[in-house]
Amino acid sequence: MSNEPILRIADLHVCIDDTQILKGVSLEIMPGEVHALMGRNGSGKSTLANVLMGHPAYEITGGTIEFLGEDLAEMEPWERARAGVFLSFQYPQAVPGLQVGNFLRKTVQALRGDDSPSAREFRQELNNAMSELDVSKQFLGRYVNDGFSGGEKKRFEILQLLLSKPKLAVLDETDSGLDIDALQTVAKGINASMGSESGCLIITHYQRILDHVNPSHVHIMIDGEFVKSGGPELALAVEEKGYEWLS
Amino acid sequence: MAENTDARDAVGDYRYGFHDPENHTIRFDSGLSEQVVRDISALKDEPEWMTELRVKAYNHFANRPMPTWGNMSMLEDIDFDAITYFLKSSNQTENDWEDVPEDIRNTFDRLGIPEAEQKWLSGVTAQYESEAVYHSIREDLEEQGVIFLDMDSGLKEYPELVKKWFCTVVPYADNKFSALNTAVWSGGSFIYVPKGVHVEMPVQAYFRINAKNMGQFERTLIIADEGSSIHYVEGCTAPTYSTDSLHSAVVELIALPGAHIRYSTVQNWSANVYNLVTKRAVAHENAVVEWVDGNIGSKLTMKYPAVILKGEGAHAEVISVAYSGKGQHQDAGAKIHHLASNTTSKILSKSISKDGGRGSYRGMVQVSKKAQNCKVNVVCDALILDEGSRSDTYPTMEISNPTCRSEHEASVSKVSDEQVFYLMARGHSEEEALALIVNGFFEPFTRELPMEYAVEMNKLMALEMEGSIG
Repeated sequence: MSNEPILRIADLHVCIDDTQILKGVSLEIMPGEVHALMGRNGSGKSTLANVLMGHPAYEITGGTIEFLGEDLAEMEPWERARAGVFLSFQYPQAVPGLQVGNFLRKTVQALRGDDSPSAREFRQELNNAMSELDVSKQFLGRYVNDGFSGGEKKRFEILQLLLSKPKLAVLDETDSGLDIDALQTVAKGINASMGSESGCLIITHYQRILDHVNPSHVHIMIDGEFVKSGGPELALAVEEKGYEWLS
Repeated sequence: MAENTDARDAVGDYRYGFHDPENHTIRFDSGLSEQVVRDISALKDEPEWMTELRVKAYNHFANRPMPTWGNMSMLEDIDFDAITYFLKSSNQTENDWEDVPEDIRNTFDRLGIPEAEQKWLSGVTAQYESEAVYHSIREDLEEQGVIFLDMDSGLKEYPELVKKWFCTVVPYADNKFSALNTAVWSGGSFIYVPKGVHVEMPVQAYFRINAKNMGQFERTLIIADEGSSIHYVEGCTAPTYSTDSLHSAVVELIALPGAHIRYSTVQNWSANVYNLVTKRAVAHENAVVEWVDGNIGSKLTMKYPAVILKGEGAHAEVISVAYSGKGQHQDAGAKIHHLASNTTSKILSKSISKDGGRGSYRGMVQVSKKAQNCKVNVVCDALILDEGSRSDTYPTMEISNPTCRSEHEASVSKVSDEQVFYLMARGHSEEEALALIVNGFFEPFTRELPMEYAVEMNKLMALEMEGSIG
């Protein structure tokens, strides 16, 4: 196991439209670690996720983000993706007319470049990932997120996670709105994508997904700052007592 | 070479903008007169009725004013005297690829046509400038009695058949440009499918304009006899030139009772070409006619594939897409005339405008008084990629029979930043993300095309998205 962190965020300050959202966030994720980030709506969790992926609407006004020693802030979103950063979106976007199967093939080619699998290898890989997540073949002929139910969207994000094999997975409320079966399937996908050389940041409101993915670290964000970090017990405490006692 | 560089500056980098040295056996001076029309006909050794038809059409063209609708200011810029109305780049029609002159073969090689032929072609008419230079028909087509010739050969070999149908769907006096085409037409395809014969594979033709100021006036006539079916595909690409070129074709389709004709076009004229085309079909009892029409490129396109539903139970479908970039105006749409009862029609029009380009949908659906129980469905979708680009819709419905069921939907949308970011987060550059969105928007059209056309169409749109950022 390497000693270099996957992700090192130091004193990160972020604005959108001149409003300060993140007010000095620091975080280090080592290989093999799963970190959970909890907090109320509007506390800045999704902003952190979007900033990690390079959303153009956010401006970094202070601090640094290093990904495997590289300055992430200097990279375009697609460069981050190709370098191994993955974001599971809270609100995945529909692209009418773009078929899922075709899109996944193009995505894998974009991410892996010269190491892209052959058509046959890709099909094999895709079949494995789809059976892991109980996704039916018909899915491939549908259009990306177009007319998908909430659960289908989340499952599709995790299917992309499995095919992307990222070094850093950021999951923005991927568990929201899922029934217990879907939640277990999604958790299975997250666990399958994690290895000893990769890291994961799970943003969630609920303790229940953490029963399945076992985070090593839990952070609580309030008003753009990490107010408390700890182990899994912190998530249980939040589940029981809410956030009041932390502010 | 200097001229070439200028052209590139004027119209931008155009992928298929290479061209071969001009090598013409016969070339008329530019400009048009009754004598030029007679000379063209004499050179082709045509029957007298055709010569007289050309002359009548010329006189109509000369006296008819420009249309007073569409993009009038662009139309006024056409200099008819600067156009060469006929040129012949090789002496006869070839039917073996190896006999085709090398510079011409090079052009086709670079367009990948031989490979396409191996996979898909059941017959090829590759139009190079004014006349077909390459023509092959698979033996089984010949055995089935299918006639597939360039129009000039069709007139020579089947004069009675041509005389019976020529100008019956699009009269020479239909509009100024159909009159011009009738006066100076050269090349195009002539197809006859006998009763009950189904042509399984699409038959294809490619068109290119390769000479400066070259007008291309091909004329296509397809007759599908009772109960037969055919899918005809044309793909157009043109090299880049800095002076304006005029492309003014006429296509006539006749679907006899129970016949099925599908006519697919992917057109990619360079940004200086005027593309003013009259396409019209007649559908008899229970016949089906489908126009699948893709318009990318050109300076101004005015094209409204039409179907006259003449027989009971006939069905028409027009699926068209248009892409307008900088300085371009695509004025495209469809016309359907329901003349008989129980006829149905469907129009799907999708347009994209970018970099100040303008896309217009111009549609006309008429249902006559005596046509009972007709069904009409019209859907127009526009996607605007940036500020300053424009989309207009001019739908006309004239329904004179109360039993008609008609539906009309129109939408205009923009590409959202969130959509682009989602795709960028999956490893696609901003340009690639736009191409995925644009190709998705056109997917209802591209899925109707033969595979290699769909692939080329997607590649062309991806190329159009290049350099669009920043």
